[in-house]
Amino acid sequence: MQSLIEMTGVQKYYGSFHALRDVNLTVRKGEKIVLCGPSGSGKSTLIRCINHLETIQQGSIVVDGTRLDGSMRTIDAVRMEVGMVFQSFNLFPHMTVLQNCTLAPIRARGIDKAAAETTARRYLERVHILDQAAKYPAQLSGGQQQRVAIARALCMEPKVMLFDEPTSALDPEMVKEVLDTMIVLARDGMTMICVTHEMGFARQVADRVIFMADGQILEEAAPDAFFRNPQHPRARAFLGEILAHH
Amino acid sequence: MTYQFDFGAVLEYWPQLAHGCALTLSMTLLSVLAGLTIGLLTMLAGRSRWRPLRLLAVGYIELVRNTPFLMQVLFLYFGLPQLGIGITPWPAAIIALSLNSGAFAAEIIRGGVEGIPRGQFEAGAALGLHPLQVLRFIVLKPAMRVIYPALSGQFVLLLLTSSIVSAISAEELTAVAQQIDTTTFRSFEIYIIATALYLLMALLFSQAFKAVERRAFSYPQK
Repeated sequence: MQSLIEMTGVQKYYGSFHALRDVNLTVRKGEKIVLCGPSGSGKSTLIRCINHLETIQQGSIVVDGTRLDGSMRTIDAVRMEVGMVFQSFNLFPHMTVLQNCTLAPIRARGIDKAAAETTARRYLERVHILDQAAKYPAQLSGGQQQRVAIARALCMEPKVMLFDEPTSALDPEMVKEVLDTMIVLARDGMTMICVTHEMGFARQVADRVIFMADGQILEEAAPDAFFRNPQHPRARAFLGEILAHH
Repeated sequence: MTYQFDFGAVLEYWPQLAHGCALTLSMTLLSVLAGLTIGLLTMLAGRSRWRPLRLLAVGYIELVRNTPFLMQVLFLYFGLPQLGIGITPWPAAIIALSLNSGAFAAEIIRGGVEGIPRGQFEAGAALGLHPLQVLRFIVLKPAMRVIYPALSGQFVLLLLTSSIVSAISAEELTAVAQQIDTTTFRSFEIYIIATALYLLMALLFSQAFKAVERRAFSYPQK
Protein backbone atom coordinates (compact mmCIF):
# COMPACT_ATOMS: atom_id res chain seq x y z
CA MET A 1 0.00 0.00 0.00
CA GLN A 2 0.94 3.55 -0.74
CA SER A 3 2.29 5.71 2.09
CA LEU A 4 0.46 8.93 2.89
CA ILE A 5 2.79 10.34 5.52
CA GLU A 6 6.52 9.88 5.73
CA MET A 7 8.53 11.41 8.53
CA THR A 8 12.25 10.86 8.26
CA GLY A 9 14.90 11.83 10.80
CA VAL A 10 12.72 14.53 12.33
CA GLN A 11 14.35 16.65 15.02
CA LYS A 12 12.43 19.36 16.84
CA TYR A 13 13.65 21.76 19.50
CA TYR A 14 11.88 24.31 21.66
CA GLY A 15 14.87 26.49 22.43
CA SER A 16 17.27 24.06 24.02
CA PHE A 17 14.59 21.48 24.80
CA HIS A 18 14.81 18.52 22.43
CA ALA A 19 11.13 17.78 21.75
CA LEU A 20 11.41 15.20 18.95
CA ARG A 21 14.47 12.99 18.62
CA ASP A 22 15.07 11.38 15.27
CA VAL A 23 11.45 10.48 14.61
CA ASN A 24 10.83 8.14 11.69
CA LEU A 25 7.26 7.23 10.89
CA THR A 26 5.49 5.98 7.80
CA VAL A 27 1.71 5.92 7.65
CA ARG A 28 0.05 4.04 4.84
CA LYS A 29 -3.25 4.91 3.28
CA GLY A 30 -6.11 3.65 5.44
CA GLU A 31 -3.92 2.93 8.43
CA LYS A 32 -5.07 3.79 11.95
CA ILE A 33 -2.36 4.66 14.38
CA VAL A 34 -2.63 5.34 18.08
CA LEU A 35 0.13 7.39 19.65
CA CYS A 36 0.52 7.03 23.38
CA GLY A 37 3.02 7.79 26.07
CA PRO A 38 3.47 9.87 29.21
CA SER A 39 2.61 13.58 29.06
CA GLY A 40 5.40 15.69 27.66
CA SER A 41 6.68 12.80 25.54
CA GLY A 42 6.16 14.64 22.24
CA LYS A 43 3.00 12.93 20.92
CA SER A 44 1.10 16.14 20.28
CA THR A 45 4.20 17.83 18.95
CA LEU A 46 4.67 14.99 16.49
CA ILE A 47 1.22 15.24 14.94
CA ARG A 48 1.32 19.05 14.97
CA CYS A 49 4.44 18.88 12.80
CA ILE A 50 2.51 16.94 10.16
CA ASN A 51 0.27 19.95 9.35
CA HIS A 52 3.00 22.46 10.11
CA LEU A 53 1.47 23.91 13.26
CA GLU A 54 4.98 23.29 14.54
CA THR A 55 8.16 23.70 12.52
CA ILE A 56 10.95 21.16 12.59
CA GLN A 57 14.67 21.84 12.65
CA GLN A 58 15.87 18.75 10.83
CA GLY A 59 14.57 15.85 8.81
CA SER A 60 11.74 15.71 6.31
CA ILE A 61 7.99 15.33 6.33
CA VAL A 62 6.18 14.27 3.16
CA VAL A 63 2.38 14.22 3.10
CA ASP A 64 0.64 12.71 0.11
CA GLY A 65 3.65 13.38 -2.08
CA THR A 66 4.19 16.97 -0.92
CA ARG A 67 7.34 17.66 1.03
CA LEU A 68 6.88 20.41 3.65
CA ASP A 69 9.63 22.93 2.91
CA GLY A 70 8.28 25.91 4.85
CA SER A 71 6.79 27.57 1.76
CA MET A 72 3.17 28.74 1.81
CA ARG A 73 2.51 26.54 -1.23
CA THR A 74 3.47 23.26 0.42
CA ILE A 75 1.90 24.21 3.75
CA ASP A 76 -1.39 24.96 1.98
CA ALA A 77 -1.25 21.77 -0.05
CA VAL A 78 -0.67 19.67 3.06
CA ARG A 79 -3.28 21.41 5.22
CA MET A 80 -5.92 20.83 2.54
CA GLU A 81 -5.38 17.08 2.89
CA VAL A 82 -4.93 16.87 6.66
CA GLY A 83 -7.81 17.38 9.07
CA MET A 84 -7.21 18.01 12.74
CA VAL A 85 -9.31 17.62 15.87
CA PHE A 86 -8.10 19.36 19.01
CA GLN A 87 -8.40 18.57 22.67
CA SER A 88 -10.24 21.85 23.32
CA PHE A 89 -12.53 21.60 20.21
CA ASN A 90 -11.65 25.11 19.04
CA LEU A 91 -15.00 25.71 17.40
CA PHE A 92 -15.55 29.31 16.29
CA PRO A 93 -17.92 30.79 18.90
CA HIS A 94 -19.49 33.46 16.68
CA MET A 95 -20.57 31.04 13.97
CA THR A 96 -23.34 28.48 13.93
CA VAL A 97 -22.48 24.80 13.67
CA LEU A 98 -23.22 24.92 9.95
CA GLN A 99 -21.07 28.04 9.43
CA ASN A 100 -18.22 26.40 11.34
CA CYS A 101 -18.38 23.57 8.83
CA THR A 102 -18.61 25.66 5.67
CA LEU A 103 -16.07 28.41 6.38
CA ALA A 104 -12.95 26.58 5.23
CA PRO A 105 -14.50 24.77 2.24
CA ILE A 106 -15.77 28.14 0.97
CA ARG A 107 -12.71 30.27 1.80
CA ALA A 108 -9.84 27.83 1.44
CA ARG A 109 -11.18 25.42 -1.19
CA GLY A 110 -13.29 27.96 -3.05
CA ILE A 111 -16.40 25.80 -3.09
CA ASP A 112 -19.68 27.67 -3.51
CA LYS A 113 -21.89 28.14 -0.48
CA ALA A 114 -24.71 25.81 -1.51
CA ALA A 115 -22.37 22.92 -2.26
CA ALA A 116 -20.44 23.52 0.97
CA GLU A 117 -23.69 23.42 2.94
CA THR A 118 -24.77 20.18 1.30
CA THR A 119 -21.45 18.60 2.20
CA ALA A 120 -21.63 20.01 5.72
CA ARG A 121 -25.11 18.59 6.28
CA ARG A 122 -23.92 15.20 5.09
CA TYR A 123 -21.06 15.11 7.60
CA LEU A 124 -23.15 16.58 10.41
CA GLU A 125 -25.63 13.78 9.76
CA ARG A 126 -22.79 11.32 9.91
CA VAL A 127 -21.72 12.48 13.37
CA HIS A 128 -25.42 12.51 14.40
CA ILE A 129 -25.69 16.21 15.08
CA LEU A 130 -27.50 17.60 12.06
CA ASP A 131 -30.40 18.67 14.28
CA GLN A 132 -28.08 21.20 15.98
CA ALA A 133 -26.86 22.81 12.74
CA ALA A 134 -28.36 26.22 13.51
CA LYS A 135 -27.02 26.41 17.06
CA TYR A 136 -23.91 28.14 18.33
CA PRO A 137 -21.06 26.18 19.95
CA ALA A 138 -21.78 27.59 23.41
CA GLN A 139 -25.23 25.99 23.24
CA LEU A 140 -23.82 22.47 22.83
CA SER A 141 -22.34 19.97 25.29
CA GLY A 142 -18.65 19.12 25.11
CA GLY A 143 -19.31 15.85 23.35
CA GLN A 144 -21.52 17.54 20.79
CA GLN A 145 -18.92 20.24 20.21
CA GLN A 146 -16.22 17.67 19.59
CA ARG A 147 -18.43 15.84 17.11
CA VAL A 148 -19.02 19.12 15.29
CA ALA A 149 -15.24 19.65 15.26
CA ILE A 150 -14.85 16.23 13.64
CA ALA A 151 -17.50 17.08 11.04
CA ARG A 152 -15.85 20.45 10.41
CA ALA A 153 -12.54 18.77 9.65
CA LEU A 154 -14.23 16.15 7.44
CA CYS A 155 -15.93 18.87 5.37
CA MET A 156 -12.55 19.63 3.81
CA GLU A 157 -12.57 15.98 2.67
CA PRO A 158 -9.07 15.32 3.99
CA LYS A 159 -7.05 12.22 3.28
CA VAL A 160 -5.75 11.98 6.85
CA MET A 161 -7.27 12.92 10.19
CA LEU A 162 -5.14 13.86 13.17
CA PHE A 163 -6.69 13.62 16.63
CA ASP A 164 -4.92 15.42 19.47
CA GLU A 165 -6.32 13.94 22.69
CA PRO A 166 -9.89 14.42 21.45
CA THR A 167 -11.56 13.07 24.59
CA SER A 168 -9.26 14.45 27.30
CA ALA A 169 -11.31 17.60 27.91
CA LEU A 170 -14.63 15.77 28.02
CA ASP A 171 -16.78 14.76 30.95
CA PRO A 172 -16.67 10.96 31.28
CA GLU A 173 -20.22 10.44 30.06
CA MET A 174 -19.41 12.18 26.78
CA VAL A 175 -16.27 10.25 25.91
CA LYS A 176 -18.17 7.37 24.38
CA GLU A 177 -20.15 9.39 21.84
CA VAL A 178 -16.92 10.89 20.51
CA LEU A 179 -15.08 7.56 20.43
CA ASP A 180 -18.05 5.94 18.66
CA THR A 181 -17.85 8.65 16.00
CA MET A 182 -14.14 8.00 15.57
CA ILE A 183 -14.73 4.26 15.34
CA VAL A 184 -17.25 4.73 12.54
CA LEU A 185 -14.75 6.95 10.75
CA ALA A 186 -12.07 4.30 11.13
CA ARG A 187 -14.38 1.58 9.82
CA ASP A 188 -15.08 3.72 6.75
CA GLY A 189 -11.39 3.58 5.91
CA MET A 190 -10.12 6.99 6.99
CA THR A 191 -6.40 7.23 7.62
CA MET A 192 -6.04 8.33 11.23
CA ILE A 193 -3.38 9.24 13.74
CA CYS A 194 -4.78 9.54 17.23
CA VAL A 195 -3.02 10.78 20.31
CA THR A 196 -5.11 9.27 23.06
CA HIS A 197 -5.05 7.43 26.34
CA GLU A 198 -8.20 5.51 25.43
CA MET A 199 -6.71 2.05 25.33
CA GLY A 200 -10.07 0.42 24.57
CA PHE A 201 -10.23 2.51 21.41
CA ALA A 202 -6.65 1.55 20.54
CA ARG A 203 -7.46 -2.15 20.91
CA GLN A 204 -10.58 -1.82 18.81
CA VAL A 205 -9.37 0.17 15.82
CA ALA A 206 -5.61 0.65 15.77
CA ASP A 207 -3.45 -1.13 13.23
CA ARG A 208 -0.40 -0.02 15.14
CA VAL A 209 0.24 1.46 18.55
CA ILE A 210 3.24 3.73 18.84
CA PHE A 211 4.72 4.42 22.23
CA MET A 212 6.73 7.59 22.80
CA ALA A 213 8.75 8.93 25.69
CA ASP A 214 11.16 11.87 25.89
CA GLY A 215 10.56 12.80 22.26
CA GLN A 216 11.47 9.39 20.93
CA ILE A 217 9.49 6.55 19.45
CA LEU A 218 10.40 3.66 21.75
CA GLU A 219 8.04 0.98 20.55
CA GLU A 220 5.77 0.21 17.62
CA ALA A 221 3.54 -2.83 17.64
CA ALA A 222 0.12 -4.21 16.79
CA PRO A 223 -2.25 -3.40 19.66
CA ASP A 224 -2.55 -7.01 20.81
CA ALA A 225 1.17 -7.48 21.08
CA PHE A 226 1.66 -4.06 22.63
CA PHE A 227 -0.90 -4.56 25.37
CA ARG A 228 -0.09 -8.18 26.08
CA ASN A 229 3.63 -7.99 25.90
CA PRO A 230 5.20 -4.52 25.80
CA GLN A 231 8.92 -4.73 25.12
CA HIS A 232 10.34 -1.47 26.38
CA PRO A 233 10.52 -1.00 30.16
CA ARG A 234 9.09 2.54 29.83
CA ALA A 235 6.13 1.12 27.89
CA ARG A 236 5.56 -1.50 30.57
CA ALA A 237 5.66 1.13 33.30
CA PHE A 238 3.29 3.38 31.33
CA LEU A 239 0.76 0.61 30.65
CA GLY A 240 0.95 -0.48 34.26
CA GLU A 241 -0.03 3.02 35.30
CA ILE A 242 -2.88 3.62 32.92
CA LEU A 243 -4.40 0.19 33.04
CA ALA A 244 -4.39 0.29 36.83
CA HIS A 245 -6.94 3.09 36.63
CA HIS A 246 -9.21 1.45 34.09
CA MET B 1 -23.77 89.25 42.75
CA THR B 2 -25.39 91.60 40.35
CA TYR B 3 -25.04 89.51 37.22
CA GLN B 4 -28.37 89.00 35.46
CA PHE B 5 -28.66 85.68 33.69
CA ASP B 6 -30.02 86.00 30.22
CA PHE B 7 -30.27 82.65 28.49
CA GLY B 8 -32.69 84.15 26.00
CA ALA B 9 -29.95 86.26 24.43
CA VAL B 10 -27.96 83.07 23.77
CA LEU B 11 -30.83 80.82 22.81
CA GLU B 12 -31.64 83.17 19.97
CA TYR B 13 -28.64 81.57 18.34
CA TRP B 14 -30.12 78.08 18.49
CA PRO B 15 -29.86 77.50 14.72
CA GLN B 16 -26.10 78.12 14.93
CA LEU B 17 -25.86 75.86 17.99
CA ALA B 18 -27.77 73.09 16.24
CA HIS B 19 -25.52 73.52 13.23
CA GLY B 20 -22.48 73.30 15.54
CA CYS B 21 -23.79 70.06 17.06
CA ALA B 22 -24.37 68.58 13.63
CA LEU B 23 -20.84 69.53 12.59
CA THR B 24 -19.34 68.04 15.75
CA LEU B 25 -21.31 64.82 15.27
CA SER B 26 -20.41 64.42 11.62
CA MET B 27 -16.77 65.29 12.29
CA THR B 28 -16.66 62.66 15.03
CA LEU B 29 -18.46 60.03 12.98
CA LEU B 30 -16.09 60.48 10.04
CA SER B 31 -13.10 60.30 12.38
CA VAL B 32 -14.47 57.19 14.09
CA LEU B 33 -14.80 55.38 10.77
CA ALA B 34 -11.40 56.53 9.53
CA GLY B 35 -9.83 55.86 12.94
CA LEU B 36 -11.26 52.35 13.01
CA THR B 37 -9.83 51.66 9.55
CA ILE B 38 -6.46 53.13 10.46
CA GLY B 39 -6.51 51.18 13.73
CA LEU B 40 -7.16 47.89 11.93
CA LEU B 41 -4.47 48.53 9.32
CA THR B 42 -1.99 49.57 12.01
CA MET B 43 -2.76 46.44 14.03
CA LEU B 44 -2.12 44.35 10.88
CA ALA B 45 1.11 46.23 10.18
CA GLY B 46 2.16 45.57 13.76
CA ARG B 47 1.70 41.82 13.16
CA SER B 48 3.48 41.86 9.82
CA ARG B 49 6.43 39.59 9.11
CA TRP B 50 8.17 42.58 7.60
CA ARG B 51 10.15 44.44 10.26
CA PRO B 52 10.05 47.96 8.72
CA LEU B 53 6.25 47.76 8.68
CA ARG B 54 6.17 46.72 12.34
CA LEU B 55 8.50 49.59 13.25
CA LEU B 56 6.34 52.03 11.31
CA ALA B 57 3.27 50.88 13.26
CA VAL B 58 5.02 51.17 16.61
CA GLY B 59 6.49 54.56 15.70
CA TYR B 60 3.12 55.94 14.67
CA ILE B 61 1.37 54.64 17.78
CA GLU B 62 4.02 55.94 20.17
CA LEU B 63 4.24 59.32 18.45
CA VAL B 64 0.50 59.93 18.60
CA ARG B 65 -0.05 58.57 22.09
CA ASN B 66 2.81 60.49 23.65
CA THR B 67 2.23 63.96 22.23
CA PRO B 68 -0.58 66.44 22.98
CA PHE B 69 -3.48 66.39 20.57
CA LEU B 70 -3.40 70.18 20.38
CA MET B 71 0.20 70.01 19.05
CA GLN B 72 -0.83 67.44 16.45
CA VAL B 73 -3.63 69.68 15.19
CA LEU B 74 -1.46 72.80 15.16
CA PHE B 75 1.32 70.99 13.34
CA LEU B 76 -1.02 69.64 10.67
CA TYR B 77 -2.75 72.96 10.07
CA PHE B 78 0.06 75.49 10.47
CA GLY B 79 3.15 73.31 9.99
CA LEU B 80 2.35 71.47 6.78
CA PRO B 81 1.56 74.55 4.64
CA GLN B 82 5.16 75.66 5.20
CA LEU B 83 6.16 72.56 3.23
CA GLY B 84 3.76 73.63 0.51
CA ILE B 85 0.98 71.29 1.61
CA GLY B 86 -2.02 73.58 1.86
CA ILE B 87 -4.90 72.36 3.99
CA THR B 88 -8.16 73.90 5.17
CA PRO B 89 -9.35 73.65 8.79
CA TRP B 90 -12.00 70.95 8.42
CA PRO B 91 -9.87 68.39 6.57
CA ALA B 92 -6.98 69.17 8.93
CA ALA B 93 -9.28 68.52 11.89
CA ILE B 94 -10.60 65.25 10.43
CA ILE B 95 -7.10 64.02 9.63
CA ALA B 96 -5.81 64.91 13.09
CA LEU B 97 -8.76 63.27 14.85
CA SER B 98 -8.53 60.17 12.64
CA LEU B 99 -4.80 59.75 13.16
CA ASN B 100 -5.26 60.26 16.88
CA SER B 101 -8.10 57.80 17.34
CA GLY B 102 -6.44 55.37 14.90
CA ALA B 103 -3.42 55.02 17.16
CA PHE B 104 -5.51 54.38 20.26
CA ALA B 105 -7.83 52.03 18.38
CA ALA B 106 -4.82 50.07 17.05
CA GLU B 107 -3.62 49.38 20.57
CA ILE B 108 -7.08 48.39 21.79
CA ILE B 109 -7.66 46.08 18.79
CA ARG B 110 -4.21 44.53 19.21
CA GLY B 111 -5.07 43.75 22.82
CA GLY B 112 -8.30 42.11 21.69
CA VAL B 113 -6.63 39.99 19.03
CA GLU B 114 -3.91 38.89 21.43
CA GLY B 115 -6.58 37.86 23.91
CA ILE B 116 -8.09 35.32 21.52
CA PRO B 117 -7.00 31.79 22.47
CA ARG B 118 -4.21 30.33 20.34
CA GLY B 119 -6.43 27.34 19.55
CA GLN B 120 -8.66 29.56 17.41
CA PHE B 121 -5.72 30.60 15.21
CA GLU B 122 -4.53 26.98 15.04
CA ALA B 123 -7.93 25.61 14.10
CA GLY B 124 -8.13 28.15 11.27
CA ALA B 125 -4.64 27.36 10.06
CA ALA B 126 -5.23 23.61 10.26
CA LEU B 127 -8.29 24.08 8.04
CA GLY B 128 -6.09 25.63 5.37
CA LEU B 129 -6.99 29.29 5.92
CA HIS B 130 -4.31 31.95 5.48
CA PRO B 131 -3.31 34.22 8.38
CA LEU B 132 -5.32 37.17 7.05
CA GLN B 133 -8.37 34.97 6.53
CA VAL B 134 -8.00 33.64 10.07
CA LEU B 135 -7.96 37.20 11.36
CA ARG B 136 -10.86 38.35 9.24
CA PHE B 137 -13.23 35.43 9.60
CA ILE B 138 -12.29 33.81 12.90
CA VAL B 139 -10.53 36.22 15.22
CA LEU B 140 -11.88 39.69 14.51
CA LYS B 141 -15.45 39.36 15.67
CA PRO B 142 -14.78 37.67 19.03
CA ALA B 143 -11.92 40.14 19.58
CA MET B 144 -14.18 43.10 18.79
CA ARG B 145 -16.75 41.74 21.17
CA VAL B 146 -14.26 41.76 24.01
CA ILE B 147 -12.83 45.21 23.32
CA TYR B 148 -16.05 46.86 22.23
CA PRO B 149 -16.66 48.70 25.55
CA ALA B 150 -13.09 50.05 25.54
CA LEU B 151 -13.32 51.00 21.89
CA SER B 152 -16.63 52.80 22.24
CA GLY B 153 -15.29 54.63 25.29
CA GLN B 154 -12.36 55.75 23.18
CA PHE B 155 -14.71 57.06 20.51
CA VAL B 156 -16.88 58.95 23.00
CA LEU B 157 -13.65 60.55 24.17
CA LEU B 158 -12.98 61.46 20.55
CA LEU B 159 -16.26 63.36 20.44
CA LEU B 160 -15.10 65.45 23.39
CA THR B 161 -11.57 65.84 22.05
CA SER B 162 -12.98 67.25 18.83
CA SER B 163 -13.65 70.52 20.68
CA ILE B 164 -9.89 71.16 20.57
CA VAL B 165 -9.97 71.65 16.79
CA SER B 166 -11.63 75.01 17.45
CA ALA B 167 -8.00 76.09 17.93
CA ILE B 168 -7.56 76.06 14.16
CA SER B 169 -11.04 77.53 13.75
CA ALA B 170 -12.47 74.39 12.25
CA GLU B 171 -16.20 74.92 12.51
CA GLU B 172 -17.91 72.79 15.14
CA LEU B 173 -19.80 73.31 18.39
CA THR B 174 -16.96 74.86 20.42
CA ALA B 175 -16.04 77.28 17.65
CA VAL B 176 -19.71 78.26 17.29
CA ALA B 177 -19.95 78.81 21.05
CA GLN B 178 -16.91 81.04 20.98
CA GLN B 179 -18.40 83.11 18.16
CA ILE B 180 -21.65 83.54 20.08
CA ASP B 181 -19.64 84.51 23.15
CA THR B 182 -17.80 87.27 21.30
CA THR B 183 -21.07 88.68 19.95
CA THR B 184 -23.19 88.45 23.09
CA PHE B 185 -20.62 88.54 25.93
CA ARG B 186 -22.84 85.96 27.67
CA SER B 187 -19.95 83.62 28.49
CA PHE B 188 -21.62 81.81 31.39
CA GLU B 189 -24.80 81.08 29.50
CA ILE B 190 -23.26 80.05 26.23
CA TYR B 191 -20.59 77.77 27.72
CA ILE B 192 -22.96 76.06 30.10
CA ILE B 193 -25.32 75.42 27.19
CA ALA B 194 -22.50 74.14 24.97
CA THR B 195 -21.31 71.89 27.82
CA ALA B 196 -24.80 70.49 28.22
CA LEU B 197 -24.96 69.86 24.49
CA TYR B 198 -21.67 67.91 24.62
CA LEU B 199 -22.99 65.88 27.53
CA LEU B 200 -26.14 65.11 25.58
CA MET B 201 -24.21 64.11 22.45
CA ALA B 202 -21.81 61.93 24.44
CA LEU B 203 -24.70 60.09 26.08
CA LEU B 204 -26.38 59.66 22.70
CA PHE B 205 -23.14 58.32 21.26
CA SER B 206 -22.79 55.75 24.07
CA GLN B 207 -26.37 54.63 23.53
CA ALA B 208 -25.80 54.29 19.80
CA PHE B 209 -22.70 52.17 20.45
CA LYS B 210 -24.67 49.98 22.85
CA ALA B 211 -27.38 49.48 20.24
CA VAL B 212 -24.77 48.38 17.70
CA GLU B 213 -23.25 46.06 20.29
CA ARG B 214 -26.56 44.33 20.96
CA ARG B 215 -27.10 43.74 17.25
CA ALA B 216 -23.59 42.79 16.17
CA PHE B 217 -22.39 40.62 19.04
CA SER B 218 -25.47 38.75 20.07
CA TYR B 219 -24.08 35.22 19.66
CA PRO B 220 -24.24 33.14 22.85
CA GLN B 221 -21.17 32.77 24.95
CA LYS B 222 -20.42 30.50 27.85
